[in-house]
Amino acid sequence: MHPAFSVIFLTTLIGVGQGLFLALFTAQSYALFDLLPRQDSVGFYACGSALALVFLVGGLIASFFHLGRPERAWRSATQWRTSWLSREVIVLPAFMGTVFLYGIAHLLEWKPVLATLPGGIAIDLTVMLGILGTGLAFALFVCTGMIYACLRFLREWHTPLTVINYVLLGGASGFTLAAGFSALAAPELVRFFAGWAAVITVLGLIGRVASLFRNARLKPKSTLQSAIGIKHPHIVQTTQGAMGGSFNTREFFHGRSATFLRSLRWWFLLAVFLVPTLLLGMAMTETEAALSFLSIAFAVQYVGLLVERWFFFAQANHPQNLYYQSVA
Amino acid sequence: MTQLALVIDLNVCVGCHACVTNCKEWNTSGEAGPMVDQNPYGKDPTGTFFNRVQTFEVGEFPNTETVHFPKSCLHCEDPPCVPVCPTGASYKRKEDGIVLVNYDKCIGCKYCSWACPYGAREVDEQQKVMKKCTLCVDRIYDTKMTEEERRPACVRACPTSARLFGDIHDPESEVSHAIREAGGYQLMPEWGTSPANHYLPRRKIKLRIRVDEIERADNPLKIDGLLPKPDKAEPSLDDVTSW
Amino acid sequence: MSAVEEIKKTTCYMCACRCGIRVHLRDGEVRYIDGNPDHPLNKGVICAKGSSGIMKQYSPARLTKPLRRKVSAERGAGEFEPISWEEAFSTLAERLGSIRSTDPKKFALFTGRDQMQALTGLFARQFGTPNYAAHGGFCSVNMAAGMIYTIGGSFWEFGGPDLDRAKLFVMIGTAEDHHSNPLKMAIAKFKRDGGRFVSINPIRTGYSAIADEWVPIRPGTDGALLLAFLHEIVAKGLYDREFLVRYTNAGQLVNADAKSDEFGMFLRTEVPEEEACYDPQDKLWWDRNTNKPVVTHTPGADPFLRGEFKLADGTPVKPSFQLLQERVKDYTPEWAEGVTGVPADTIRRLAYEMGVTARDQRIELPIAWTDSWGVEHDTVTGNPVAFHAMRGLAAHSNGFQSIRALGILMSLLGTIDRPGGFRHKVPFPRPIPPCARTPNHPKAVQPNRPLDGMALGWPADPDDLFVDENGGPVRLDKGFSWEYPLSVHGLMHNAITNAWRGDPYRIDTLMIFMANMAWNSTMNTVEVRKMLNDKDEQGEYKIPFIVVCDAFQSEMTAFADLILPDTTYLERHDVMSILDRPISEFDGPVDSVRIPVLPPTGECKPFQEVLIELATRLKLPAFVTKDGNRKYRDYPDFIVNYETEPGSGIGFLAGWRGKGGEKSLRGEPNPNQWEMYAKNDCVFHYELPKSYQYMRNWNKGYLEWSQRNRITRYAEPILINIYSEVLQKFRAAAQGKGLTRKPPVHLAKRVETYFDPLPFYYDTLEGQATDKHKFPLAAITQRPMAMYHSWDSQNAWLRQIHAHNLLYVNTHTARVAGIADNDWIWVESQWGKVKCMAKHSEAVEPGTVWTWNAIGKAAGAWNLTPDANESQKGFLLNHLISEELPCGAGRVSNSDPITGQAAWFDVRVRISKVSDGGTPITEPQFEPLKPYPGQAERKSVWNYFAGKVTK
Ligand SMILES: Nc1nc2c(c(=O)[nH]1)N[C@H]1C(S)=C(S)[C@@H](COP(=O)(O)OP(=O)(O)OC[C@H]3O[C@@H](n4cnc5c(=O)[nH]c(N)nc54)[C@H](O)[C@@H]3O)O[C@H]1N2
Ligand SMILES: Nc1nc2c(c(=O)[nH]1)N[C@H]1C(S)=C(S)[C@@H](COP(=O)(O)OP(=O)(O)OC[C@H]3O[C@@H](n4cnc5c(=O)[nH]c(N)nc54)[C@H](O)[C@@H]3O)O[C@H]1N2
Ligand code: SF4
Ligand code: SF4
Ligand code: SF4
Ligand code: SF4
Ligand code: SF4
Ligand SMILES: [Mo]
Repeated sequence: MHPAFSVIFLTTLIGVGQGLFLALFTAQSYALFDLLPRQDSVGFYACGSALALVFLVGGLIASFFHLGRPERAWRSATQWRTSWLSREVIVLPAFMGTVFLYGIAHLLEWKPVLATLPGGIAIDLTVMLGILGTGLAFALFVCTGMIYACLRFLREWHTPLTVINYVLLGGASGFTLAAGFSALAAPELVRFFAGWAAVITVLGLIGRVASLFRNARLKPKSTLQSAIGIKHPHIVQTTQGAMGGSFNTREFFHGRSATFLRSLRWWFLLAVFLVPTLLLGMAMTETEAALSFLSIAFAVQYVGLLVERWFFFAQANHPQNLYYQSVA
Repeated sequence: MTQLALVIDLNVCVGCHACVTNCKEWNTSGEAGPMVDQNPYGKDPTGTFFNRVQTFEVGEFPNTETVHFPKSCLHCEDPPCVPVCPTGASYKRKEDGIVLVNYDKCIGCKYCSWACPYGAREVDEQQKVMKKCTLCVDRIYDTKMTEEERRPACVRACPTSARLFGDIHDPESEVSHAIREAGGYQLMPEWGTSPANHYLPRRKIKLRIRVDEIERADNPLKIDGLLPKPDKAEPSLDDVTSW
Repeated sequence: MSAVEEIKKTTCYMCACRCGIRVHLRDGEVRYIDGNPDHPLNKGVICAKGSSGIMKQYSPARLTKPLRRKVSAERGAGEFEPISWEEAFSTLAERLGSIRSTDPKKFALFTGRDQMQALTGLFARQFGTPNYAAHGGFCSVNMAAGMIYTIGGSFWEFGGPDLDRAKLFVMIGTAEDHHSNPLKMAIAKFKRDGGRFVSINPIRTGYSAIADEWVPIRPGTDGALLLAFLHEIVAKGLYDREFLVRYTNAGQLVNADAKSDEFGMFLRTEVPEEEACYDPQDKLWWDRNTNKPVVTHTPGADPFLRGEFKLADGTPVKPSFQLLQERVKDYTPEWAEGVTGVPADTIRRLAYEMGVTARDQRIELPIAWTDSWGVEHDTVTGNPVAFHAMRGLAAHSNGFQSIRALGILMSLLGTIDRPGGFRHKVPFPRPIPPCARTPNHPKAVQPNRPLDGMALGWPADPDDLFVDENGGPVRLDKGFSWEYPLSVHGLMHNAITNAWRGDPYRIDTLMIFMANMAWNSTMNTVEVRKMLNDKDEQGEYKIPFIVVCDAFQSEMTAFADLILPDTTYLERHDVMSILDRPISEFDGPVDSVRIPVLPPTGECKPFQEVLIELATRLKLPAFVTKDGNRKYRDYPDFIVNYETEPGSGIGFLAGWRGKGGEKSLRGEPNPNQWEMYAKNDCVFHYELPKSYQYMRNWNKGYLEWSQRNRITRYAEPILINIYSEVLQKFRAAAQGKGLTRKPPVHLAKRVETYFDPLPFYYDTLEGQATDKHKFPLAAITQRPMAMYHSWDSQNAWLRQIHAHNLLYVNTHTARVAGIADNDWIWVESQWGKVKCMAKHSEAVEPGTVWTWNAIGKAAGAWNLTPDANESQKGFLLNHLISEELPCGAGRVSNSDPITGQAAWFDVRVRISKVSDGGTPITEPQFEPLKPYPGQAERKSVWNYFAGKVTK
């Protein structure tokens, strides 16, 4: 496929936003059970939510660049019964709204207790919003992942690993950001977030490597033979019928060499997983310089994710390409 | 239920592209138009077409077959492009099985084109909406046209009548007969999309001549093979021997 | 307000096929063009080009104003200023008037892919110049001449395969042909009906793609293949003896006395001379029954086809067929395999397929007819083997003889004008050769007088050549001279070189209509472009004045001193005349017209109107009244009222003649003729009675009908020339025999060699002049179905299908040369080199490389941007082809030595990979052309929607 920057930014940015939110609420949940020190509502949660929202809004804006007719974007919420894209379109704003409310509730310290757990632990509005937000964050990961995973013909995508990796990579980048953010807003949480970030990053590595292995072994289900219905081992296209190119040659081809693609793989494995993990580890030990380590870690990981996403799209080999192989 | 479709006979398609440009000219000023052309007089001209003809070489010299292969939307019976559309702009008509795009609803997200394994959809880069073959809905039901005209533009244009049009669910239709009799097949059956359009394969006519058929009893050599009779006056053994 | 929609009918001219179309207009703009279902030619179908007429009509490459080269600008720089039509006319009338009153041959009119040779030819003849020709010489004259000199008719408009009834169809060297849509329709139907289709072609694309069997052959060697077929057919007795005896000259006796002046001529006897007789039936057979010579077709006689006999006076004689048999004896399949690359077994098998199908699947139709000898037949019979051939045979310098071999093969199988075989189309068959003659002496060209004869004709013997006392050419292109005696369509491809060199003489004004002679219809394009600009010592252009009439900004227009902007086919009246090449069907004559559906764009004016205006101003006799006044208001008026001779009743159109339109073919002018065509789909179709539809070479009824309607002058049988006495006459002259004119010494050997009365195989002239180890590959072109020559690069839709071209090379050949798919390569011939991209292909014979014809363009031409694919990635193969070949001390045209047919497909090349570092742009390149005044701006995005274009 031809990687579109709108979609690359959309998926990576909202992934960060989702992960950050999950990190914030994880901290809140731990604190609820006193496993972690409580944090300042405004300085930590409200600011953190705002930060998450910045990424989510950024993603949303990026997504509009993908639409030919953004003014009609509202229409895309109508087909939630069948379309994962439609579902994403519903869940994303719902999630953003929830994050917004979560942040506002923290900002205004508006925490009416809604329930009390056996142990006397009060479940206030922020916790309820947090739970809701967590649900929506995961739902959004699933929607985003399924947009790709549901396309049967794109076999590189058509696997649960797609959804899992969206969760893990979003989570990893969000937690890394959370760690960096906490270096500023709540230094005592740095090790907690950095630790989790490292763990998720490693899980992400496992997931991503698994999908790389899987994809390397994929045998295309469609062949030139099945595409044109002629059984012969030697078939070559001489003309695709449009010498100046067409939508089909622009949308579905990355236009780069296989070597380029292979080399990208190493770069993103380094940038998304290895370098950040190292930096996270260093941040956990060298608390003094944590902020710089974590900033670099996040920056490197995010750039790595852009590359990873580019690769994700580029690697997907659309069966339609069988019909578009030769300009002559 | 009706399922309208094209049946394309690869046995006679010569790859002339009549169906390509006639489709374009009908549709660009029709309900599906305009169909943009970019750089029409410059480098890498490109534009929206609903139908393209491609060429494949099958086999190695001298046993090569050159196959001309026209392709437009196949109007799948189970079209994967439809359920993915977030706006409902892509839909399949119940009454005749035609898969269409409602341009007024389409947001140009291109998702449907990703979901089509056949590369049959093209975004119109000017109007920014998804376009594709309409099976000429604005012809086939136009009662102002004669019966002969109420067929897709590409079908009428095709000089070899390699393009048949009709209801593949009606077992007695011309297209159903053709599919049955000539072994019509679908593209990429592995995806279960069940394309309504079918293709008819190459069919070879061979002549078998047995050795004993080459010459027949009335072979003209029986007349012409004989050398002319020599003149009676020419010398012969009769002149010199008496036995 | 709702849009105004209307449908107008006319005739397509996106190519020479001339299909009937319906133009749908919305608010005066073209909304849709479809095939006219009621038209006999295309029956509603249309092709890719025809469907793209909209983009031709509104193309920014269109010329819209008369233009004059800026005085300050060099020719070829493409710098022009608009002038008025009045200025254009007065300039032309003055210049041409003074040429005409001094030396009319200094005006040369050459026309390309037009369909109005009847009018352009008339203009030239009335002007008095011999220097007129259309594209035929560089197109397919071999096909016309080879067949017409053999069977009295040819392919394309002249006749074709009867695929309705054929069982076996053999197509040779055809990619597309003029009969585009009808041929496609017929092949598809033929295949559906279960017919077997064999294609002989070095390349498998287009029609060959759907053939049941592809026979890849080395270019230029079909003559060998056909002769081997003949060998097998004769050896196995698979010929139709009855047909040969009655309808060909196979049984006629030829003088076999090598010492005689009459050697190689038919024996003739005294028969009472018939009135107006063209080919008296005075030749002899050797009767098997009486074992005596008798006049041919003597009732009860049956000739020997083989053997050698002695006439009473001792003259040894042989039947033609015996000579043919001797000729083909050594042309065995094994021999042919070595030449053609087609396995001997395949050759044999195909010969048997033809012979056995022809013999065993005989068709018999219950149609009674009477032959020329008065014999009545209850049925028409036919042998269902059909052939079609085109430029793959024609465009080689050995094409004429190969095509003769094909004509003879078709005749041996008994398939001429019979069901399931080859069928003629009116006005064919014609006598062999047809009666039109050029003048045969230079005095035919006189100031202020029409040419005394036709500019083009059909020589029957050396005395018909258009030469001076020394045997030198009278025509600029040396047509009808000893160099190319049967150049029945002229040699337009040598006009520029000859005019530039002043050999045979310099001219003053060259007028080019509808031909792109600075590009694709010229060989040696780089040099020819220089010649067009070359100046003599006085600083005068060697070709002083060039007028180009075109509808588009072609490469040629850049070299004009005066450009006349033509209308498009949607904007003008036009006739597909019976005086020219009508669109006749097998069942009878058909002619058709164009009627404008749109007003002219800008100041465009139909060339027809230009010619009539000019002719009137020049007072050419046919165009003015006795007192020198204007005779015809305009072209439509001319078409209605012009008669070939006063009161002849023969005019350009055959339909609805007579005062009220009640007559056909002949009749007085009908003032409402155009309206009647308009009412009838723009066609007139005359269906012959069934009994006149077959066997027309010898069909008494048909021939008399044809004579009555003045389609031919003579009604006697047209016997197929298995043996060509016409050719023998030229050979005899070259051998110094007979009383006719003799060739100049330096050409005697050439004429003697190639004017063989029986077909023979020889390597192409270029092949003979090439070291094939150095240049191992044959390079040829093919027409793409979706492009017409160089016309369609300005067409926004068609150019998306063919934006540039690559050189197709057999994959194995390419690999051996170290060339990968899409690599940049050099292609070199003895004469030039081009740089282009290579494309691997399994569908091409390993010794052949090819490309689509005329896709490559000069930068900026056709109002494309200078970086357009056509000029940057596209290339023209013509740069590799020379228009001349060395011949002794001098040079001759790179053409068939008999007909002057341009040998486009003879060139030999070698290929090599471009070493790294080269720019990815084809070579040669030319200085980009700028748009001319009056051309529309080229859009960068176009959303065409009829009814909104001009709003
Ligand atoms: N290498 C190679 N060269 C070849 C051939 C080949 O096979 N190989 N084929 C040869 C043959 S067979 C032919 S016939 C020639 C064809 O060669 P040309 O006769 O030169 O054909 P075109 O390139 O189409 O040029 C015709 C001109 O007519 C103009 N034209 C189009 N429509 C109109 C109109 O309505 N009015 C006027 N006035 N002009 C119009 C076009 O703009 C163009 O400039 O090419 C020859 N050249
Ligand atoms: N679409 C379209 N139609 C056209 C034209 C056009 O430009 N475009 N041009 C028109 C004109 S002017 C003409 S003259 C006709 C020409 O009509 P065609 O003669 O059909 O056209 P060409 O492309 O010249 O085809 C030559 C064919 O002969 C093959 N060939 C070459 N050399 C040999 C050989 O030695 N032996 C054999 N057996 N085959 C050989 C080539 O591979 C090619 O397939 O087409 C007319 N129709
Ligand atoms: S061919 Fe593609 S666009 Fe057409 S119905 Fe099938 S999946 Fe949809
Ligand atoms: S591009 Fe249009 S039709 Fe396709 S999925 Fe998006 S909204 Fe639906
Ligand atoms: S059916 Fe109509 S829209 Fe579809 S390819 Fe044919 S002409 Fe085009
Ligand atoms: S119009 Fe017919 S023959 Fe021509 S490419 Fe299309 S399907 Fe094939
Ligand atoms: S074959 Fe020629 S005349 Fe017929 S529709 Fe096509 S371009 Fe027009
Ligand atoms: Mo031609």
